[in-house]
Amino acid sequence: MSETGPFRLPRGGRLIDRAYQLPFRFDGRQLRGLQGDTIASALLASGQLMMGRSFKYHRPRGPIASGAEEPNAILGLGQSGRFEPNQRATTTPLVGGMVTNSQNCWPSLNVDVGAVNNLLYRFLPAGFYYKTFIHPRPAWKHLFEPIIRRSAGLGKAPTEADPDTYEQAYDHADLVVVGGGVAGLSAALEAGREGKSVIVLEQTPVFGGRAAVDHADGQARIDALLADLRALPNVTMRRSTMATGLYDHGYLLAREAIADHDPNAGLPRQRLWRIRAGHVVVATGALERPLSFAGNDVPGVMLASAVRDFIVDYGVAPGRSILVVTNNDDAYRTALAALDAGLTVPAVIDARPSATGALPEAVRARGVRVLTGSAIAGVRGGHAVEDVKICSHAGSGDVQEIIPADCVAMSGGWSPVVHLWSHCGGKLNWHDDRAMFAPDLARPPTGHDGRAMATPVGAAAGDLLVGAADEQPLLPVWVMPVNATRKMKFKMWLDFQNDVKVSDVELAAQEGYHSVEHTKRYTTLGMATDQGKVSNINGLAILSKALNQPIPQTGTTTFRPPYTPLTLGTIAAEARGELFQPLRKTPMHNWAEARGAHWEPVGHWRRAYCYLQGAETPHDAVAREIRAVRASVGTLDASTLGKIIVKGPDAGKFLDMMYTGMMSTLPVGKCRYGLICNENGFLNDDGVAARLSEDTWLVHTTTGGADRMHAHMEDWLQCEWWDWKVYTANVTEQWAQVAVVGPKARVLLERLGGMDLSAEALPFMQWAEGEIAGIPARVFRISFSGELSFEVAVPANRGLELWEKLHEAGKDLNVTPYGTEAMHVMRAEKGFIMIGDETDGTVIPQDLGMSWAISKKKTDYIGKRAQERSFMASPDRWKLVGLESVDGRMLPDGVYAVAEGTNANGQRNVQGRVTSTYVSPTLNKPIAMGLVKHGPDRMGEVLEFPVAGAETYKARIVDPVFYDKEGSRANG
Amino acid sequence: MLTLTCPCCGISAEETELAPGGEAHLKRFGPGSSDDEFESYLFARKNPKGVHFERWRHAYGCGKWFLAARDTVTLEVFGTYKAQTPYPTPEIVAAIQAKRPDWKPDWHQPSVNTTTTPAESLTE
Ligand SMILES: [Zn+2]
Repeated sequence: MSETGPFRLPRGGRLIDRAYQLPFRFDGRQLRGLQGDTIASALLASGQLMMGRSFKYHRPRGPIASGAEEPNAILGLGQSGRFEPNQRATTTPLVGGMVTNSQNCWPSLNVDVGAVNNLLYRFLPAGFYYKTFIHPRPAWKHLFEPIIRRSAGLGKAPTEADPDTYEQAYDHADLVVVGGGVAGLSAALEAGREGKSVIVLEQTPVFGGRAAVDHADGQARIDALLADLRALPNVTMRRSTMATGLYDHGYLLAREAIADHDPNAGLPRQRLWRIRAGHVVVATGALERPLSFAGNDVPGVMLASAVRDFIVDYGVAPGRSILVVTNNDDAYRTALAALDAGLTVPAVIDARPSATGALPEAVRARGVRVLTGSAIAGVRGGHAVEDVKICSHAGSGDVQEIIPADCVAMSGGWSPVVHLWSHCGGKLNWHDDRAMFAPDLARPPTGHDGRAMATPVGAAAGDLLVGAADEQPLLPVWVMPVNATRKMKFKMWLDFQNDVKVSDVELAAQEGYHSVEHTKRYTTLGMATDQGKVSNINGLAILSKALNQPIPQTGTTTFRPPYTPLTLGTIAAEARGELFQPLRKTPMHNWAEARGAHWEPVGHWRRAYCYLQGAETPHDAVAREIRAVRASVGTLDASTLGKIIVKGPDAGKFLDMMYTGMMSTLPVGKCRYGLICNENGFLNDDGVAARLSEDTWLVHTTTGGADRMHAHMEDWLQCEWWDWKVYTANVTEQWAQVAVVGPKARVLLERLGGMDLSAEALPFMQWAEGEIAGIPARVFRISFSGELSFEVAVPANRGLELWEKLHEAGKDLNVTPYGTEAMHVMRAEKGFIMIGDETDGTVIPQDLGMSWAISKKKTDYIGKRAQERSFMASPDRWKLVGLESVDGRMLPDGVYAVAEGTNANGQRNVQGRVTSTYVSPTLNKPIAMGLVKHGPDRMGEVLEFPVAGAETYKARIVDPVFYDKEGSRANG
Repeated sequence: MLTLTCPCCGISAEETELAPGGEAHLKRFGPGSSDDEFESYLFARKNPKGVHFERWRHAYGCGKWFLAARDTVTLEVFGTYKAQTPYPTPEIVAAIQAKRPDWKPDWHQPSVNTTTTPAESLTE
């Protein structure tokens, strides 16, 4: 017995280094593996065959594969922030100190309460969920749900942030070869010698694929190819790199493991490659299929290729006595590998009537019984195989012999890995004689030039007999034995993780599921974490047989990327935390940060919601700011407002199309408020435009609308009115803008000096250019608060200077910086609408009582035709009103006003909703705005707003202008 | 993840640099048009399985809109061309027909002399 466990063979193991032992834990037990082991090989070596339980019946599960297709040996790896559920033990290299845990079992792997589901299997057939969701209801609630809830979900998501780092990288190559086996390496060498730039991606840590395990001269061939490739500087080789998907125009995603599960490496854990390939060679090999015989899910029943991989690659015996069951010659290699390792092969069960190829003869020559025309009738064993019942393959399962064994190596033939070929449209043909789907070279995935962008080679192309031309054909075997009883089919697993059996697929067919896509969803076949790699072809064949139609007529399910799961970490990579999105900061950002700014995100900007003083709450701060502005003077950082220059001989004509109102007639020096709609008639943005000169306008947009509105203008200019002479520039970041607001606004600005800002020199809705405190400035007399207000725009690099000077000069005026919430409340007090509050993409200006902002003279503007549609002109549209709480409670935002009667769903009819709601510090009461059916005609009426868990709110319909109705304050 | 060559700046651009703009060569119907005309302009799209003319903007590049003729099934790109044309250019039509001999234009292009741009038909 080796130090790394009773099943470690004394010799062999081409991938392991016996000099380096690695300690690790499994379910709390301390174990040892070797450098080069996977977790699965290390566990098998230590005698831990059972590695998990199945999803639905909680059946004991051991590994059946040795690669990425493994559906059973799915573990939770790592701890706390590094914990990862559902990791395949067969592909995860063992790292010293690893902590691994089995999943889907409670209280423990060996004693599992959920296994009661197993006893209920007759009641949990295909479509169980669909059926019980419908009826009988009480059975669902009291019987099934409590069981299923506790056992639902494979693995558990980590609850802490991932401390590892991930990165992304880009690359280009004339040719990308996916798969570093002999076929892939040969293709790479050929292209490399032609001078092409080549990238080779191999999913495992070693190049060579199956050659070294399957062929005597395999390793020598690999070594020769690698030596030749290393001499070519134009060939890049990447190991541990999984190509997960091939997309349009040769775009390939691949995940490279750099320091997987090795937190001490000081490297990014994984790297996501985004590769643009001129052409892709798909050299992804093939996957072996299980055989459907009763008991094929007992731990110890494995794919024949996996059995010899464990023996040859890792020096691990999957069992001492290995029974081989097959429908082809290839599995005989497993018998030979087992014999070479000193293990017993009690027999080879071959479904074919005869087996006379070189491999079967070689096995016979070693004294092993070969039982042709035979099949497995059943496997006895709970947590491990004990013995195997043998029968005639042609019969219905009459037992002829019982053979003791602790491992069954099964092979149902091989399926080419056609995923990458199929991801982007490559089509497949079914080959009846070889029982496989293989790429149809006449229907490849095409690139930008309409030509094939991928070429399959080797096993992936269906060339399964590489280097073994003397292998005899397989016999397609979908159920073993041919006339297996119904009872046997209840124990024939197709999808080992999701517990989908031959009987389930047959039932689905019987119940009318004739489409493979529907059957898949009904039975959950192929929906496990291996995404059908193990089960799809077998399931498809069973379905075809049940429907009595050929396999190609039943079709195959769609192959979608990724081939194996990608970690969310690689997809996010550096885009986490502060780097998630670039943050836009105004010139006054740091000043605000230092003075208690309570930030809110607006687009990519951060704007101060309010400025917190001492221990005050945001609510208190907002009220203080509003009172200060209305009583004296405040400043708002308005730099984020969009500023777009529209210039040219046709600029006025163009703006008349953009706005609902008339902008071309605006005199130079004046400002005008305008609305922008989309072609569907709905409100898109609003803001004040100023005419800077005869041919130049400055258009203000909302903070979030700047880029969108600029793009909107460019779209119409470039694609519709391309002969109009108009130039636009988004100058939002060139200017810092400060709104100086309140009855003392003029006093404060005059202290800084430089411009005549008197009512005579600068009336409301005009602008002037000059200097304020020596800083070049444009001053706009516009107001969003109803107060006397000057918006001062200065070059961005002078913004902070202006801001600080205002605060220095206005100390005795209690000049107060205020944030976006104070701005919002003050505009609501004045009944001004806010894009995004009063509008939601279904609201037209007419709904908001803003017909005054729509020109009657213009023959056209964007949205005009749409607003002429009958339902836009309907008097029944909900319209803007003010809402005054009847009982002094603030209305919740977004709540609906109910009307008489109910709709078809039995819900109360509605007649309006709240769009903005605040407590007004100025009026000392709650105020709200809303859209109400026939609202403006129903002043004084009281509406009811029922809210779950609270007394129904009531509000009276009032004028939306709550404060300073005559508008005298803006004139200062 | 398509790559399209921007005819304005000549760059072969990744789809991440581009913003899609839907079907190209829509004729705008404004005030005075019938409900059917307006509905067709605003909502009805060809959505063909095969040759399609599309609007794309080189959003993270030169900022210009351009048009692409593409096969929506094979993803083959027949060519890209300037947005400032009311119909696919003769060069693009020829490039498509070289690859799809059975394909025929489904529009009736007025002779050059009578073509009016929407701009000219606007009353000021
Ligand atoms: Zn460009």
